[in-house]
Amino acid sequence: MSELLNFHFVVDGDDFTCAGQASVQVKKNLRQLGLPPEIIRRVSIAMYEGEINMVIHAGGGVADVNITEDFVEIILADKGPGIKDISQAMQEGYSTATDNIRSLGFGAGMGLPNMKRYTDYMSIDSVVGEGTTITMKVNIN
Amino acid sequence: MKISTIKDLLDAKVVCGEEELSRHVYSACGSDMMSDVLAYVKDQAVLLTGLINSQVIRTAEMMDMNCIVFVRAKLPTAEMIELARESGIVLLATEKRMYEACGILYNNGLVGNRVKNV
Repeated sequence: MSELLNFHFVVDGDDFTCAGQASVQVKKNLRQLGLPPEIIRRVSIAMYEGEINMVIHAGGGVADVNITEDFVEIILADKGPGIKDISQAMQEGYSTATDNIRSLGFGAGMGLPNMKRYTDYMSIDSVVGEGTTITMKVNIN
Repeated sequence: MKISTIKDLLDAKVVCGEEELSRHVYSACGSDMMSDVLAYVKDQAVLLTGLINSQVIRTAEMMDMNCIVFVRAKLPTAEMIELARESGIVLLATEKRMYEACGILYNNGLVGNRVKNV
């Protein structure tokens, strides 16, 4: 299916206060496109969790959102430390976040499971010491 | 439950969104961990929290929540208020603690989360 629209964002890793701005913008864009509210909510929650992860674990990265007739694809790429054990990271409640991050309301070990819960497809490509790329898709129909 | 009823029950003050107090909420969530809030979809829910940072507003926005109650006399920052105004989210502040605030709302019929996995 041909790509209809692409949104590209650079996620700043230095400012936790700003984390989530790209997801807020995507939510607005999807609303303007008239997508169903449930689809918009699933895309924006999954992307928001991913964006927060990039800021707290990887020092930021880039986010691409591709919208086709059939699905919304979110690709989050960072050059952070990578994920050593992906199956462990996918377990609810498992987190490597610091107490400082927890005091900010994140690091409950729900980020990656939430991203999987809200999307129809998710893949994690991670190399320790090089970075992580997460691809997620939410089907429109 | 109307947001104005929540305000009265919790003896809360309106930080922003005075014009939206007639809107209804149908479920509630009390947490300081935003990922726990994001774990479940709730329709027109109210979020009770003691956490103060801009991610509280963004989390509520992502979940399509239309009201946030800050407990333990905590007050949101100017930046948070601005974000909430942009998103049409009502902000309330109460001196009651989390447990008590949740209990009062529960007792008056706002019985928790209608949890569903998308």
